[in-house]
Amino acid sequence: MNRHDHFDGFARALHWGMAVLILAMLFVGAGMVASLSLRPMLIDLHRPLGIALLGLAVIRLLHRWRHPPPPLPVSLPRAQALAAKASHVALYAAMLAMPLLGWAMLSAGGYPVRMTPSFALPPILPPDPALYSLLRQAHGGVGYALFALILLHMAAALHHAWVRRDGVFEAMARGRSRTTGATDPEPEAPPPA
Amino acid sequence: MPPLPDNPSPPSPPPLPWGAWAAIAALVLALSLAFAWVAGWIAPAGRLTASRLVDDIENGKPFPGFRRAHSRGVCVAGYFEPSAEAATLSRARVFRQPRTPVQGRLSIGGGDPFGPEAQARVRSLALSLRTDDGQEWRMAMNSFPFFAVATPAGFHAQLLASRPDPATGKPDPAKMAAFLERYPEAARFQAWAKSAPWSSSWANTGYNGVNAFRFIDAQGRSRFVRWWMQPQAPFQPLADTTRQQAEADYLQRELQARLARGPLRWDLVVTQAADDDPVDDPSQPWPDARPRYVAGTLVLERSEPQATGACRDVNYDPTVVPDGVALSDDPILAARAAAYSVSFNRRERETARGDIAMPAGAEGKEKQP
Repeated sequence: MNRHDHFDGFARALHWGMAVLILAMLFVGAGMVASLSLRPMLIDLHRPLGIALLGLAVIRLLHRWRHPPPPLPVSLPRAQALAAKASHVALYAAMLAMPLLGWAMLSAGGYPVRMTPSFALPPILPPDPALYSLLRQAHGGVGYALFALILLHMAAALHHAWVRRDGVFEAMARGRSRTTGATDPEPEAPPPA
Repeated sequence: MPPLPDNPSPPSPPPLPWGAWAAIAALVLALSLAFAWVAGWIAPAGRLTASRLVDDIENGKPFPGFRRAHSRGVCVAGYFEPSAEAATLSRARVFRQPRTPVQGRLSIGGGDPFGPEAQARVRSLALSLRTDDGQEWRMAMNSFPFFAVATPAGFHAQLLASRPDPATGKPDPAKMAAFLERYPEAARFQAWAKSAPWSSSWANTGYNGVNAFRFIDAQGRSRFVRWWMQPQAPFQPLADTTRQQAEADYLQRELQARLARGPLRWDLVVTQAADDDPVDDPSQPWPDARPRYVAGTLVLERSEPQATGACRDVNYDPTVVPDGVALSDDPILAARAAAYSVSFNRRERETARGDIAMPAGAEGKEKQP
């Protein structure tokens, strides 16, 4: 069982790295829509970072498929285990959907999908007002839902860490050094707060 | 906040972990509040967001399906040809490619899509230039030579001060005086609006980029510039009587008559800033002595109504620039990008559901094509 009670270093690096980037993206997205001064600067950050997160999400799913995560403790009530599973499915769905919705939305709105000053991605949809407004609302709506999911995920993780103390949080927070004596590959993994 | 357990393996459930619950709730609340603040949902009343600015432009009476500003206009199309020296100013592909197709829009200032064209003090020209490398340059230029105010806050104050008083139907002079006291730079614009000659056509009007941008050349050197489209059509005055009595679509008819005779041309004139010229204040013109370069010629060949034309579903956001052109820190430029986006989102949604304003007096429920 020791082999399976922790996420491996690569999975943990992806998780914590993407956690920081996705939270930043959600704040950047909400801020650039509201701000009268920061939009050009933030949108130049938002588009390439969004596409980078799409790539990272695909890598993460592939890695998860090859290296299944450690099982939840048997002590966990069935309803909670089901909720955990459902929230993880929703998180992955939102992670994949957000960049694709953004890319499709810019295409349908007739905007260049600019990554750098000299490189833009091709449009994936023709310009169309109905498609654009649908996708624009979906990008916003899924974004708010993703933020709510992240809050839920964070609260549940801290519940495992501080209330249940069942090792679920530690499976992602640190390596197996404490149980196997191996060196921790991620000593700088961010603390929970 | 309770410490993390030293060793997670032997679980030792505490009797009542109220501290842990409180810490989790506090974290969720703090993140939610931070998000709501960034999104402008819990902004203090004085903080101006993009959607609040557009709300105040609409003033409760939006024309669904139309741009919230410069609502009345016509789609145009043609091409751009660079001059020989243009490529030395910027490495933008548009200055190297022999000819770039252009589609755009000629419009008038104001939020009424059915207002009388001849009476509009401000005219504007928006363009989209797509080069063969997939890059795009959007411009949104105006007939005024400088912006009225230096900041979005000034623009918002001007908007509120210019609103007609319900009692008189005219702006309240006391509010306008208070605005001018606070934003004295607007006096220059008001003097321009009073004294600038009225030209007879969109075709013999010049259009200024107003905001400063940076041109970056092939060696990576950067220079601050502003540009204007100088009409090749000679100036002809618009008589006061014509202005007052003309049909609402006077400029569109006049444009069609000209286009029927041949294409219309403007020279793209680029002005380069000196080191101490203001590059973040569009209300301050640069001295006339600054070096100017003709970077090319814009040729417009066709027009079509905006209800069905290619310009309808385009956001002419002047911050869409190609490689070789970069933005300045001009706060009005950033605010235009933010406000145009809100306007675009609103009108595209309305267009999608067929909610499109009809001119006053138009009967029946049928929608415009």
